[in-house]
Amino acid sequence: MTRPWLLGVLAGAMGALFVISLLTGVADPGVATSLKALVLGGEGPLDIVMREIRLPRALLAVMVGASLGLAGAAMQGLLRNPLAEPGVIGISASAALGAVLALQTGLAAMVPLALPGAALLGALLGVGAILFLAGSGGGTLGLILAGIALSALASALTALVLNLSPNPFAAHDIVFWMMGSLADTSFTQVAIAAPVMALGWVLLGRSGRGLEALTLGEDTAASMGVNLARLRLAIVLGTAAAVGAATAVAGTVGFVGLVVPHVLRPWVGAHPGRLLPAAALGGAVLVLAADIAVRRILPGQDLKLGVLMALVGAPVFFHLIWRMRGRP
Amino acid sequence: MTEFRVENLTVMRGSARVLDRACLHLHPGEFVGLIGPNGAGKSTLLRAALGLVAAQGFSSLARLAPAARARTSAWLPQAREIAWPMPVIDLVALAQNGRRDAPQVRAALKRMDIAHLAQRPATALSGGEQARVLMARALAQDTPILLADEPIAGLDPAHQITCMNHCAARAAEGRTVLASLHDLGLAARYCARLVVVHEGRIVADGAPAKVLTPALLRDVFAIHCHIAQAEGGLIVQPLDALSSSAAKESCHVPR
Amino acid sequence: MLGSVRSSSLALALAAICAASALGAETGAKPAPAPARVVSINLCTDQLAMLLAAPGQLRSVTMLARDPTVSVLAERAQAYRTNHGHAEEVYLDWPDLVLAGRYTAQATVNMLRGLGIRVEIFEPAQSFNALQEDILQMGRVLGREPQARAMVDDFSKRLAALRASAPKGPRDVAATWAARGYMSGSQSLAAEIITTAGFAPLAVKLGRKAGSFLPLEALVMADPDLVIAGQSRAGHAHSEDMLAHPALRSLTGRQTALQSNAWVCGLPAVLEAVVALRATEGGTP
Repeated sequence: MTRPWLLGVLAGAMGALFVISLLTGVADPGVATSLKALVLGGEGPLDIVMREIRLPRALLAVMVGASLGLAGAAMQGLLRNPLAEPGVIGISASAALGAVLALQTGLAAMVPLALPGAALLGALLGVGAILFLAGSGGGTLGLILAGIALSALASALTALVLNLSPNPFAAHDIVFWMMGSLADTSFTQVAIAAPVMALGWVLLGRSGRGLEALTLGEDTAASMGVNLARLRLAIVLGTAAAVGAATAVAGTVGFVGLVVPHVLRPWVGAHPGRLLPAAALGGAVLVLAADIAVRRILPGQDLKLGVLMALVGAPVFFHLIWRMRGRP
Repeated sequence: MTEFRVENLTVMRGSARVLDRACLHLHPGEFVGLIGPNGAGKSTLLRAALGLVAAQGFSSLARLAPAARARTSAWLPQAREIAWPMPVIDLVALAQNGRRDAPQVRAALKRMDIAHLAQRPATALSGGEQARVLMARALAQDTPILLADEPIAGLDPAHQITCMNHCAARAAEGRTVLASLHDLGLAARYCARLVVVHEGRIVADGAPAKVLTPALLRDVFAIHCHIAQAEGGLIVQPLDALSSSAAKESCHVPR
Repeated sequence: MLGSVRSSSLALALAAICAASALGAETGAKPAPAPARVVSINLCTDQLAMLLAAPGQLRSVTMLARDPTVSVLAERAQAYRTNHGHAEEVYLDWPDLVLAGRYTAQATVNMLRGLGIRVEIFEPAQSFNALQEDILQMGRVLGREPQARAMVDDFSKRLAALRASAPKGPRDVAATWAARGYMSGSQSLAAEIITTAGFAPLAVKLGRKAGSFLPLEALVMADPDLVIAGQSRAGHAHSEDMLAHPALRSLTGRQTALQSNAWVCGLPAVLEAVVALRATEGGTP
């Protein structure tokens, strides 16, 4: 059932979109000139555009997409529910609150990793609240209700903190934190996000076997030698790290972890473990594509990623709800 | 290493003892039926023995490390959970680290009569078929001990009998099988030994003919049965439910 | 509440680079007696009024007037009571004149007028000429025309001197660039500051008359010789992060100057911004 070529196709698509992303922007001097400036470098403005503006942006699209796709697949595996997505159940919103607090208190300016660290902490509290409120069994009703409550609370607190900021532009940031954007990111963001994301990828990437066994429920998984407590901890921490770091640099980019696992699940024979690497690559593909689209649709304006993701993601969400009607 | 032994196993839920100082020792080659009315503590006994619920007392399985326990015992819980539409063969292969071509996987599919469904998504099957898939998964784990919580609930009569036969056959291979059952007839016929749980305690333990006395059926199960001996096995056919205290009249037993 | 004051002041600070001209004012006719209780609810009128009002004539100014990142008279504003630009607090001061900007909330202005209070509207100054008009208008409405006239005379004298000493030859290109990528247009106070300082505004080169948002990539590709970045305010804003983008620093051999508080309103202090900009290292010799 699993197509061995799936990962190859996804990686190929990611590579192609990466190059297209590098070639997308308000300045358009032609493919050859752009790539030459990227590879050979120099001191002209085009080299700066290619190397310091577009390259980190494309890299971050890959990193953010992979993190969100992976976290979505892992959370769904853990809760055995296809609606369990960090954005939908308020984990991203909690991460954004953590990030905003780190920025507004000035902590982020003093300690290099304080920004993703605080976002990780926010996400961790979010996951904890969800597991506490909805239970680890993953009942849809409890999960979605807890997610709505958590999202509302975290978003309101984020807006409050930004409104209390002495900076008159801070209130405008509410849109960024709720809709997400990769505009004007630099290698600074790549550097602060990478270590925390890597931690998340390692933790989540190693949970595949446990998630496979968890398909049969917690009791069976435990009887098959899975250490449930450790698996849960790894996924909770890994999700918090991946989503936290992604949110800290790109704001809340919702639905990636919902759409990508949903689309790819049939291609991996519904295996929650095999879904992990596919969802990471798929997430990178989706966010790269979305980030290219926002720049093609409204060049020169900062159309938020979240707008596009919601346009793609909400129908998938509707479809899932429709399919799950009548199930507990 | 491969023995099943629990001593003074006690599980508290709040201040209630849902399992009270249970002692049970099973030997290789035994197919033991665990019977008792709803809420008697059968599932709790099985789960506590596996270390899946916190319990006081001793359990030979619960004290093993998770990996060692997985090599020693397989567990089929009552809740039939299949979260994702994975192909049947892959679900069964979970017992062998995902190796679909493992001989245990092939054998289990064949034994539970689901080889023809191997490539179907498990969630698309009927309840009874899913139950057989999950039983096959437990069998494929190929362990000396198998614990099953109501393995035949929801199966059609033919598959109930096949399932009981397989359990008996596995015991005959020198393994230990402990299954909770509600069908007293099948339990009496296929199990060499029955353990009766009532209100959290083990109240009887022995050969079916010894255990299933009219008094026990009345006191524990509150039923009236027809009991007969035929074709080398005991036949137990519940006839009527008793409004517990009222009927003193119990099972009619021919010698 | 707090937010609305800030966002209206934001619009001001953005579009700012401003002051006021005589548009919309009830000019002419008989000279009314000088108002005795004046309240200003706009950062730029705050500062003009502080410069021109007679002692005791100005009752209160906005909170922003005390913010040194946007106000050149922050120190002096400490001596005045402050308001948040809300109709009720202004009304309770019983003013006989309220000074407002064109972008002050229309509802506030309407309510105050409805309550019978005289409100003078000042247009944000987009040029040094408009700036001088604003000074004169302020002198008229405060009954301080001689002082206003003297201030304008002094301003034009200093301006003429600066223009006379302007460097000759090819001009370096300079661009203002503030939060969210806002660049002042070619018909703005900022453009005139840049021109007077001896640079060519990028907005002129790009043909952008009005202020607009310029993406980072477009700014880098336009390759200006000097980027005059908006000043970061207290607290953090994601919208300002782009001002610290490494790509800006990579524009080789370019200096970055800061838009000081003197760039915000049309006041004589704009000439200090000209002097400071001319002194920027890397500017035209």
